[in-house]
Formats: sequence, C-alpha cells, structure tokens
Amino acid sequence: MERKIRIMVAKPGLDGHDRGARILARCFRDAGFEVIYTGCHQTPEQIASAAIQEDVDLVGLSCLSGAHKYLFPKVVELLKEQGAEDIAVIGGGIIPEQDFDLLYKAGVKEVFTPGRSLESIVDWIRENISVQ
Amino acid sequence: MENTSRSTRECSGKEGCDHVELAKRIINGNIRAASRLIRDLEDDVLQAKETLKHIYPHTGRAQVIGITGSPGAGKSTITDELVSAFREKENKVAVLAVDPSSPFSGGAILGDRIRMQRHASDPDVFIRSLATRGALGGLSNAVGSAIHILDAMGKDRILVETVGVGQQEVDVINHAHTVIVVLVPGMGDDIQAIKAGIMEVADIFVINKAHRDGTRRLQKELLSLLDLKGECPGEWKPPVILVDDVLNKDTFNENIATLCRTIEDHHQHLVRTRLLEKKLEKKAVVEILGVLRSSILGPIVKELQATGEFDDMVSRVMKRQNDPYTLVEEVKGNFLRNGKG
Ligand SMILES: Nc1nc2c(ncn2[C@@H]2O[C@H](COP(=O)(O)OP(=O)(O)OP(=O)(O)O)[C@@H](O)[C@H]2O)c(=O)[nH]1
Ligand SMILES: [Mg+2]
Repeated sequence: MERKIRIMVAKPGLDGHDRGARILARCFRDAGFEVIYTGCHQTPEQIASAAIQEDVDLVGLSCLSGAHKYLFPKVVELLKEQGAEDIAVIGGGIIPEQDFDLLYKAGVKEVFTPGRSLESIVDWIRENISVQ
Repeated sequence: MENTSRSTRECSGKEGCDHVELAKRIINGNIRAASRLIRDLEDDVLQAKETLKHIYPHTGRAQVIGITGSPGAGKSTITDELVSAFREKENKVAVLAVDPSSPFSGGAILGDRIRMQRHASDPDVFIRSLATRGALGGLSNAVGSAIHILDAMGKDRILVETVGVGQQEVDVINHAHTVIVVLVPGMGDDIQAIKAGIMEVADIFVINKAHRDGTRRLQKELLSLLDLKGECPGEWKPPVILVDDVLNKDTFNENIATLCRTIEDHHQHLVRTRLLEKKLEKKAVVEILGVLRSSILGPIVKELQATGEFDDMVSRVMKRQNDPYTLVEEVKGNFLRNGKG
C-alpha cells in the first residue's frame, strides 16, 4: 500500500511575500508530495486546525517578518494541545542563527534558511517524515 | 480535547482493533479521528473499510451540494461564501475540495483552501482537500466515503468542489443532491462545454463575475439552451443566477443568499417529486458497483500482476495465441466460485 506524504505550507504573520512559499509548494508537488497551500497572513490557530483537518504529516512555516520566535512555537503548541503532536513542524525564512536553539527547543524539527537548496529540503523530508 | 493521535492511526492500520470505538468517536464529532480515517481511505488501507461499516448506519442525513465548472471560474470563492451563509443558519458544514494530481510526479498542489481559510478555526466547519490521484471523473475515489464520514459526524451540509472540469468529469452527479455549475463570461468555449456534458448535470447555473462584459450574452445563450427544460410537468428548470464581483461585497452576498434559497428550492423540488428517492437509488447502485469493482476486480488484477500472469495474458493476446475472452474465462474459473456458471 502506498502512503502519500501530505504537507501543509503556510505563511503565518503579516508579511505578504509568498513567492518563496509558492515555489516550495511546486517543488514538493514535483517530488510527489501532496501540498496544501493556505496563503498568507495565517494565524497559528488557523494553521493548526487546518493541519488537523487536512491530516498532514508535516507543516512547513515560512516567515519573513521576524515574528518566527513567537509564531513557530505557537503552532507546535497548538498542535500538541489538540492531540496532534505527531504532526512535524519545520520553519523557513529569514531566521538568524541565534534563534535556532530556541526554535528546536520549542519542538520545531528543522529550520531552513535561504541558503539551503530546495533539493536538500526534499531530501530532509524523505528521510525524516513518514506516514505514522 | 481528546487525544486520538496514535490510537486512531493504529486502529485503522491494523487488525483486531476497535472499529466500533473509532466509529463512535467520529460520530461524536472528533475531527482528528475523522480526518485520519479519510486519509486511510484515500490510501486504500484495508482496515479503514471495516470502520466504514460502523459509520454507514449513521449516514443519509446530510445534504450534499456539488460545485463544478471550468478552472478558475470561482468555485472556491462561491463555496467559501456559501459556507458563511450556511453558518449564519447555524448549520454544520463540511467542504471536500478536489484538485488534480500531477500525472508526472503523483504529487499535487491543493489550493482551494486558500479561499476558505477564514473558516479554518470554526469548529463547526470541516474543510478537507483531496487530490484526484488518477481518478478521471473530476473527483477523488475517496469522495464517497469521505461524504459518509462527514455525514455521520453530523454535518448538515456537505459541499463538494470538483476539479476545474472540461466535459467528461461529471462524477459529482453520483454524489450530490444538488449540482451547481459555475460559469464565467468571456471564456468563449463555455457554451460548447455546456452542450457537451455539464448541461446534463446542472441543477443550478451560476454566472460568476457577472460584472464582466459578455454576461448578458452568456445568460441569453444559456436560457435558450434551457428553453425546452421544465416544460414537462414536475420537471425542474435549472435557474441561472448571476453573482456579482466578489469585491462588490454587498451585492455578492445578496447573490449568494439567492443561491442559497435556490438550493433550498431545488431540494424541496426533489422531495416533492420523489426525485430524491430516485437519486438515492442511483447513488446506492453506483456505490455498490464501485465497491464490487474495488473489492473483487481490484484484488484479482493485483494478484494477476503480482504473479506475472497478467503480462503473460497480454503477450498471448498480442501474439494472437489466445483471445481475451477465453483468458478471462480461465481467470474466472480460478478466482470465482461458480466461475463457469
Ligand atoms: N474579480 C473577481 N474575481 C473573482 C471572482 N470570483 C473569483 N475571482 C477570482 O478568480 C480566481 C479564481 O477563483 P477561485 O474561486 O479559486 O476559482 P475556482 O473555480 O475554485 O478555481 P479552481 O479550483 O482552480 O478551478 C481567484 O483569483 C479569485 O480571486 C469575482 O467575482 N470577481
Ligand atoms: Mg477552487
């Protein structure tokens, strides 16, 4: 039986630049994943409940506004509250290295900064995400 | 909230687990349990069907509304506003939104949800995106089961948005009580498409973005095509509803309210003329045929492929050593009791 990996790509926070998120979504599709794209300006609450309704394996958060320190952990926390701590959360965007630790401690599984190639993100998913 | 993260998946993936318990959770409205079961059905997990058996007795209550039309016509935008309108009546609502899988990678971008995200944290709205995964009718093969699950969860209205359709993808008729076809003016080939197939399935037409040039003409063409409909006593004549630009908030909302009332009228018509019963009968027939295909034909084909017999059959037919009829008779003899009978 073939299990298909489902991923939600979401942009929390105020910035409206979703070019990167869209490129990522296409790249995931071409890698054979099913991608739910939810657009910009999402609250952590919207993201968490959508991820549960969509039964995704992974939520990819993209944030350029600098609010990642609050937004990413909040999504992790809300998922946990709703009994969905097995949905992995990764983050990307403009994130200074000194914030990595805080994010990992908060339960973010991986942080991708603009230097990482798209292939390496796909590879990371193939290695680390499977349907539970 | 109840924690079901592990147990649900374990239950639908393995044998000897408590399907009754899982079904009960879903009937009690557990979102996580429901979404996981839908996933298992998409992935064809055998055990998931077991749970469905316990769901089925609790179905048959929800109204199913199909929304179809060409790509980009505004199906999601209209669906989103219908959700709001139904929520105002305190209906519980679900949306199943289907987008195509890529034939190359098997992956998919499911983008319908973008237009409906404002409902994401409303606990009485459940939105689920589905990829076609190769199904040809404009839906996903899991749509039928997903409808049952949402129905059993207690949703009053289930909106099913199809992929942007051409002419053949009209499977939605087998699932919906009322089918809405969304058109936009200025696409030129619309009427052709309508003639070819969608015409047959529409209960209600919407001309979306009706502020655009060409609305009048499209409306006139539609009405003349519909001219002969509704002449026989008791026959429904599909109304044509104009929906203004979504940016003209007030008229847009008013138009959607009209659409809501028309959906209601159509439903009343179905009940009054007993067409509803006929639809439900057809639905049952389609459903049984589907399960026959997937549970009997499917496994046989799989087995033949696994043993290499299928390839063998292909090469025999190609070389004209055998004909397909004789070969299939043999298969029948091997697989089915009374196969020869
Ligand atoms: N100007 C205007 N744009 C609209 C209207 N309705 C929808 N749109 C826009 O048309 C585009 C497509 O709308 P959707 O609702 O996503 O259309 P759809 O039929 O669901 O599209 P697919 O699911 O991709 O086939 C979006 O950019 C909408 O913002 C309208 O009434 N006026
Ligand atoms: Mg859509």
